[in-house]
Amino acid sequence: MKRPRHFLYALVVALVVALTAAACGREEETSPGISDNEIKIGGSYPFSGPASAYRTIADGVRAYFAKVNAEGGVDGRRIRFITYDDAYEPQRALQNARRLIERDRVFALFNTLGTANNVAIWDYTNREKVPQLFVATGASIFGADPDKHPYTMGWQPDYVTESQAYAEYLKRTKPRARVAVLYQNDEFGKNLLGGFERAIRGSGIRIVARESYEVTDPSIATQMRRLATSGADTFLDITTPRFSAQAIVGVARSGWRPLHILNSVGASKRLVFQPVGLKPATGIVSAAYFKDPEDPQWANDAAMREYKAAMRRYAPRTDPNDTFATYGWAVAQTLVETLKKMEDPNRDSLMDAARSLDLEIPILLPGVRVKTSESDYYPIETVQLMRFDGQRWRLLDLRYTARR
Amino acid sequence: MSARAATASVSPPKRRARRRPSARALAWAACLCAFAAVPFLFDPYRVGQFTLVVIYAVALLGLNLLLGYGGQISLGHGAFFAIGAYAAAITIDRTGLPALAALPLAALASGLAGALVGLPALRIRGIYLALVTLSVALVVPQLVKRFDELTGGAQGMQVAQPAAPAWLGLEDDQFLHLLCLAVALPLFALAANLVRGGVGRALLAVRENELAAVAMGVDLARYKTVAFALGAAYAGVGGALFTFVNGFVAPESFTLALSFGFLAAVVVGGLGTIAGAVFGALFLEFVPVYASDVNEALGGVIYGAVLIACMYVLPDGIAGLGRRIGSRLHGRRATAGSDAAAPQVQTKREEE
Amino acid sequence: MERLAQTIVDGIADGSLYAALALALVLIFRTTGVVNFAQGEMAMVSTFVAWSLLEAGLPLGAAIAVALAFAFVLGMAVERIVIRPVEGRGPLTLAIVTLGLYILLNSAAGWIWGFNNRGFPSVFPSDSLSVGGVDIAVESLGIVVVLLVVVAALFLLLERTRIGLALRAVSTNPESARLCGISVGRTLMVGWGLASVLGALAGVLIAPRIFLDPNLMGGVLIYAFAAATLGGFDSPVGAVIGGWAIGLSEALASTYVDFIGSDLEILVPLTVILVVLLVRPAGLFGRREVVRA
Repeated sequence: MKRPRHFLYALVVALVVALTAAACGREEETSPGISDNEIKIGGSYPFSGPASAYRTIADGVRAYFAKVNAEGGVDGRRIRFITYDDAYEPQRALQNARRLIERDRVFALFNTLGTANNVAIWDYTNREKVPQLFVATGASIFGADPDKHPYTMGWQPDYVTESQAYAEYLKRTKPRARVAVLYQNDEFGKNLLGGFERAIRGSGIRIVARESYEVTDPSIATQMRRLATSGADTFLDITTPRFSAQAIVGVARSGWRPLHILNSVGASKRLVFQPVGLKPATGIVSAAYFKDPEDPQWANDAAMREYKAAMRRYAPRTDPNDTFATYGWAVAQTLVETLKKMEDPNRDSLMDAARSLDLEIPILLPGVRVKTSESDYYPIETVQLMRFDGQRWRLLDLRYTARR
Repeated sequence: MSARAATASVSPPKRRARRRPSARALAWAACLCAFAAVPFLFDPYRVGQFTLVVIYAVALLGLNLLLGYGGQISLGHGAFFAIGAYAAAITIDRTGLPALAALPLAALASGLAGALVGLPALRIRGIYLALVTLSVALVVPQLVKRFDELTGGAQGMQVAQPAAPAWLGLEDDQFLHLLCLAVALPLFALAANLVRGGVGRALLAVRENELAAVAMGVDLARYKTVAFALGAAYAGVGGALFTFVNGFVAPESFTLALSFGFLAAVVVGGLGTIAGAVFGALFLEFVPVYASDVNEALGGVIYGAVLIACMYVLPDGIAGLGRRIGSRLHGRRATAGSDAAAPQVQTKREEE
Repeated sequence: MERLAQTIVDGIADGSLYAALALALVLIFRTTGVVNFAQGEMAMVSTFVAWSLLEAGLPLGAAIAVALAFAFVLGMAVERIVIRPVEGRGPLTLAIVTLGLYILLNSAAGWIWGFNNRGFPSVFPSDSLSVGGVDIAVESLGIVVVLLVVVAALFLLLERTRIGLALRAVSTNPESARLCGISVGRTLMVGWGLASVLGALAGVLIAPRIFLDPNLMGGVLIYAFAAATLGGFDSPVGAVIGGWAIGLSEALASTYVDFIGSDLEILVPLTVILVVLLVRPAGLFGRREVVRA
C-alpha cells in the first residue's frame, strides 16, 4: 500500500523492491504473508464477550496447525496463526481484519467468526483482494454471490441446507406435521427459520406457533410454555446450547411430547444433554456433518484418534470432546489441503485452489465431501440426520445434500 | 432575577494569562495538529484507530455534558449513539440524500430521543434515573431488530461510505479521518463555549444543588431537557460518523457493553472537563486491545484491573491529573474555574 | 382461568429469581450507597465454586454451604481490598470500580472454568404439585419459600440484632456511628459479605433452571436492577415485590398481549417501572430523598 508521501521515500522504496525482485529472480508474484518457510494466517474470534463459548474453535484450529508444523509444515512452510479478540462486535472484527492485513501482513484471513462480523469485513477484504476463507458461520449469504465477493467463502453446511434437511426428514416421516418453532432472534435463527419455511412450501407441513428469544434473556420458560400449549406435534428448536438445554427442560416439564428437532449448534451431548440429564433428550433429531468425539463408533477411528491425541498434546486445557474444537480441526484441515493445492505462492492462486476443491476430510462423516467450483462457493452441502437414543447419537439413514 | 444575571454572579475568576495564548489553548492546538497529522504518519489500521478515538470523543463529550456538567446519570448513552448510527445508515442507504446530510439528521434523531428520555428526568433522580436510561439501551436493539425492513435487522445493513473526492488526493481512510476531525472540531468548540457560558453554569448549578439553582432562577426543566438533548445529539453525531467509517451497522455493535464502556471512559477521562472526552476516547479505544494483546484469554481481567486502578489513582480522571501536573508546573493553584472539578453525582439519602 | 393461574405462578417463580439477586443489590446499596454492578458476577463465581466442589464429590448440601461461606469471605474481601481504598470518592467512582470488577470476574471465571454450558443440580425435587388444576413445580414453590425465609431473616437481622443495628447506623450516618464506637470498616465488610451470600444463594437457585456458565448472571443482573429500582433501592421488601412484579408483568403480557411478541417483551416491565417511578420517584417502597438546601 503506497501512501502519498515524500517523493524521495517512494523512490527509495521502488529501488529496494526492484533490487529485491531482481535478486530473487522470481517470475510469479508473491503476496504478503508467505515466504519460503512461513505462511501467516489471520483470524478474529470472540475470545471474550457473549459468544466466548466459541473460542475453543481456535484451539482446535491451532492444534491442527501445530500437528502440521510438527510434520514439517505445508511444502516446508510453517503456519503461523495470528488471532485477535473481537468480542463478537463487528467493528472490532473490522479493526482486527485491518490489523491482520495491514500490519501483520497475513496471507489470508481464515475462519472469522460471526455473521455480522464477516459482513462487516467482506467489502474490505474483497477490495484488498485478500482471501477470507472458510468463515465460521452458517449464514447462507456467504456463498450466495461469488461474483460480488469472490474472495469470501463459507465452509460449514449453511443454515438453509440444514433446514432443508429437517424439512426433508419431516416430509418423509411426518408429512402433515404441525410445527412449533423456537428461534434465536438473530441472523442465525432467522436464516434457519426462513430456510425451513421455504422448504416446506407446497407440502402438508404447517408452522402453527413461533416464539423467539434474545441471547441476553436469562430464561425462555415463558416461550416454552406458550409453545407447549400450541397444539403442535413437532418442535423445531433453533437455539444455542444454553437455551437448547432450557428448551429440553421446558418440553419435559410441560407434558408436551412433540418430535423434537434440534439444530446442530444446540445438539451437543456434552454441553446440552448432560446438564439436563440424558433421558429427556431421548428421541431428539438433529443433523451432523462431522464425527462426534463422544460417539463410541468412532473410538477407534484413525482420524478421531489423531485429533484427540493432538488436542491432548497441543491444547491440553481444552476438552477434546468439545465439538467446537472438532469443528476447528476439520476446517483447519480444509485450509491446509487448500494450501497444498495452491500452485503459486500468492493469494489469487490460493483462491483458485479454494474454488476447485474436491476433498474428503477424514473427520467429516462418511459421504460428506468438501466440494467447490467457480460458481459453487458452498464447500459442504451435505448433512446426515441423527437421533439421540438416550445414550448417544445414532446416525439415521438419511443424508441430505442441498439442491441449489 | 433572570437566570443569566443569576449565574453571571458565579462566574469563575478570570485567569491571569489573557494577553498571550494560555497553556491550555496551546495544548489544544497541539492536540489538533497531532490528530490532523495522523493520516499521513501511520498505516490505515492505526489511522482507523485514531479515527475511532475522534468519534468516541464526540460521543463522550455528549455524555460529559450530561453527566459531568449536568449531573444526570446515563447508562444508555450507547443507545443514542446507535440511533445516530442507524439514522445515518438509513439516510445514506434508503434516501437519496448526500452522506453529509446524515449528520444533522442523526443529531436531530438522537437529540429528540434524548429530550424524550429527559422528560422522566424531571421527576426521577439518581439511581432510579439510571434505570430509565438503561431501559433505552435495552430497547433500542430490540426495535432495530423488529423494524428490520428499515434497519436491516439482525443481519445489519451495509452502507456506502463517503468517498474521498478525487481532487483532494487522499485515500479513503485518510479522508474519513479528516472528515471526522472536521466535524468534531466545531462540536468541541461549541461544547467549550456552552460550558463556559450561561448554559454551562446553569448545568453546574443544577448539578451541585438543584434547590439553590431553582432559587437562583434556573429553569430546571429546560436545562435538564437541554442536557439530555445535547448529550444525545452529540452521541448521535458520533454514531453517524461511526457508520461512515465502518460502512456497516448491526445491533451487535451497540450492546449494553458500549453504554457501560462510555460511562467508564468518561469517568476515566475526567468528568466535567472537555479534555476528558479525548482522554476517555483514547482509553476506550486502546486499552481493551492492549489488554487482549497481553493475554488473549485474560484480556478482560487486565482491562477490569486497569479500570479499577484508574479509579484509585486518578480521582479526577486523566484530565484531572493533567490539570494537577499543569498547575504544579506553573506554580499556581489549580483554578476552580471554567472547568468544573469532578462532580459527585449524589444519590442523597434521607437525612432524618 | 387455569391458564391465568398458571401464568401467575410461573411469573412469580421467575420473579423470585430476580428478587433474590435484587436483595443483594439492595443490601449493599442500603449499607454503603453503592450500586454493585459486580454482584451478579460474585454470585456466579460462588456458584462455580459450588459446582467445582460437586465435581470433586461433595454432596450438594455441603457444596452449597461451603460456597456460601466462600461467598461471605469473597464479599468481605471485595469490600476491604477493592472498595475500601476508594470509599470516600462518591457513588459514581465506586460504580465504575464495580464495573471493572464485573469485567474482571467474568473473564477470570471464563479462564478458570471455561465458557461452556454445564448443569447444576437443584436443591428441590423436580416434581410438580397439582393444585386445583394448576401445575406448580416444587422447585418454583421452593424458590419462593426460600426467598420469603431470607427476607424474614434479613428483617430480623437488621431490626433485632446488634450487627443489624450497626449496619443501619453505618448506612444512615457513618460519622455518628463511628462516634458511637461502631467499627465502620468491619460493619461494612459484614454488609458486603452478607450481600454476597444472598447473591450466591440466588446463583445456586438460578443455575439449575438456566444452566451454569460465566454469563449466567448477565441478563439476570439487569432484571434484578430493575426489580430493585421498582421496589425502591433501599427496601428489601421492595426488592421482592419488585421482582415478582417484573416476573408477573412479563408472563402476563406475553401470554395475553399478542402484538408485543417475545422480542419486545422487555418493554412491559420497563414501562411498568417507568410509570411507577413517575408516580413514586423513589420506587414503591423506597425512602424519598429529602433535600435540604
